Amino acid sequence: MGLKQNLHKLKLKYEGKKMAPAFNALHTFLYSPNETTHSGAHIRAVDDLKRTMNTVIIALLPCLLFGIFNAGYQHYYAIAEAAGTAAQYRADGFFSTNFWNWDNFAIGAWTVLPLVIVSYGVGLLVEFIFAVIKGHEVEEGYLVTGMLVPLIVPIDIPLWMLAVAVVFGVVIGKEVFGGTGMNILNPALTIRAFLFFAYPTWMSGDKVWVHEAVERAGGPDAISGETILGSYAQNATTIPYDYSDMFLGFIPGSVGETSKILIIVGALFLIFTKIGSWRIIFSTLVGALVMGLIFNGVVDAGWIDDTSKFHGLMSVPFWQHLIIGSILFGAVYMATDPVTASQTNKGKWIYGFLIGFISIMIRVFNPAYPEGVFLAILLMNVFAPTIDHYVVQGNVKKRLKRLKVKTA
Amino acid sequence: MAILSKKDQRLILDPLADDNPITIQVLGICSALAITAQLKASIVMAIAVLFVMGVGNVVISLMRNIIPSKIRIIVQLIVVATLVIIVDQVLKAYAYSLSKELSVFVGLIITNCIIMGRFEAFALANGPARSFLDGIGNALGYGVILIIIGFFRELLGSGTLLGFKVLGDPIEKTGLYSIGYENNGFMLLSPMALIVVGLIIWVQRSRNKALIEEN
Repeated sequence: MGLKQNLHKLKLKYEGKKMAPAFNALHTFLYSPNETTHSGAHIRAVDDLKRTMNTVIIALLPCLLFGIFNAGYQHYYAIAEAAGTAAQYRADGFFSTNFWNWDNFAIGAWTVLPLVIVSYGVGLLVEFIFAVIKGHEVEEGYLVTGMLVPLIVPIDIPLWMLAVAVVFGVVIGKEVFGGTGMNILNPALTIRAFLFFAYPTWMSGDKVWVHEAVERAGGPDAISGETILGSYAQNATTIPYDYSDMFLGFIPGSVGETSKILIIVGALFLIFTKIGSWRIIFSTLVGALVMGLIFNGVVDAGWIDDTSKFHGLMSVPFWQHLIIGSILFGAVYMATDPVTASQTNKGKWIYGFLIGFISIMIRVFNPAYPEGVFLAILLMNVFAPTIDHYVVQGNVKKRLKRLKVKTA
Repeated sequence: MAILSKKDQRLILDPLADDNPITIQVLGICSALAITAQLKASIVMAIAVLFVMGVGNVVISLMRNIIPSKIRIIVQLIVVATLVIIVDQVLKAYAYSLSKELSVFVGLIITNCIIMGRFEAFALANGPARSFLDGIGNALGYGVILIIIGFFRELLGSGTLLGFKVLGDPIEKTGLYSIGYENNGFMLLSPMALIVVGLIIWVQRSRNKALIEEN
């Protein structure tokens, strides 16, 4: 008599009763279910939804692990920088022991794991409540959202704010539309958008990206860590990070989005397992590069001079947009969400391209905060069904035309 | 309510709940989003609409037999515009700062669909007494929702109610703010008002299943 048997017995005992979904969810969460998903946007896949979700979580784990170490690294690096001894703490190379050490892990575990726990705890609680009230089974959709949320918020965001935002995101972003598979907006990004508009002081600025920077502000041991985009937005000509820092991820930013190399590894994994759409990822990056090129062209043509407040971000070399900010993370893990993205192949190209294009546009022109990936993806989430509609209609028209030619 | 017949009672009570102009008929959303960031503004707006609708419905009802039907919309507009200007002037005389805060939205009462809707749907076909009750009822239904939205938006967005710091002082960190609470800036933005309206509709329809449309 293992745990599975006991759970199964509990499940049978409560079958048809009010709490049945809760036991069912616990059972299927721990062990592989006997049934596959019945409804939602995933009916075309042969995999069941839980396996799809787990694959994404596996792809996210390297980012989470890196984020934990980076939280500590940024903290100690900022302190060393304030003390003038930054050089000896600097991590060079991916396997640097200045980065992968227990001190960094301790700080990171202390700050990042509570984010993960709150995100999953609150989110799954809301899902359980809705499942019990509505009498359906607990949906798996939150498994990925719950992992994404801690990765896209600043390290020191107060936990109660995160909890409020998660309740908002799950209820307004998903449950009101009918639950997993029916949502228009990406729930994780809805949560981030809520935080961004509700508590802007905790979501932007040069203090929120490094652990303890907010508490120490104004004191004798003040530390700060401006993001690269933030520096460019203030028309900084030099930034204290080189390209390998940006690519490997030794830079301040939201918890899990800094390491570009690990995101690429995750992307390859998702593409290889056919969970993530390579069309969306690729076209998003193309869209970002095109917009970057246009801005570079504007600067080269001399249409704006360096007194313009947009000059700093516009003159960032176009390819560099891919390794600063969170465009890569957004393209790989957010834009590819199968529920909220376009479904048709042609639609995916358009959808992805516009996400990249608009992301960089918002990044440069956003007066409040030099990043726009999450806003661009939310915007295109809204337009995805429209794109699909026109792609399908276009195809219908084309085939009708062919039919006419034949009959004529 | 014994003075009113059952039928007349319904004129007042229906718009308060199951025939609410905002949550059921989904009219007057524009002003409900625009001026509800502060409770005080919501209350003043509710009173202004109460006055305009009560008086306007009576006036239109009295004139209903002499208004040529081809130009009735113009006549209705003149009546409502007159009343709105009275409200506007009174506000400017006695509550100048508030009238600046409400700015164009007092003037825009003219375009509030609820008012023209009641003129068209009720006052043109009923006597002045019943029209008065209908106007009051709908204005109250509108006002109640406005005040509910204003209450939550001001409480959660600014931490105050009617200007009183009920949650403590955010700058001196007293009350709730001493334990790390912060105001929710999203509440002050119009999109959140729309979401609050949506939540009210949700609660109302889950309490009364008869309101849920078939589709």
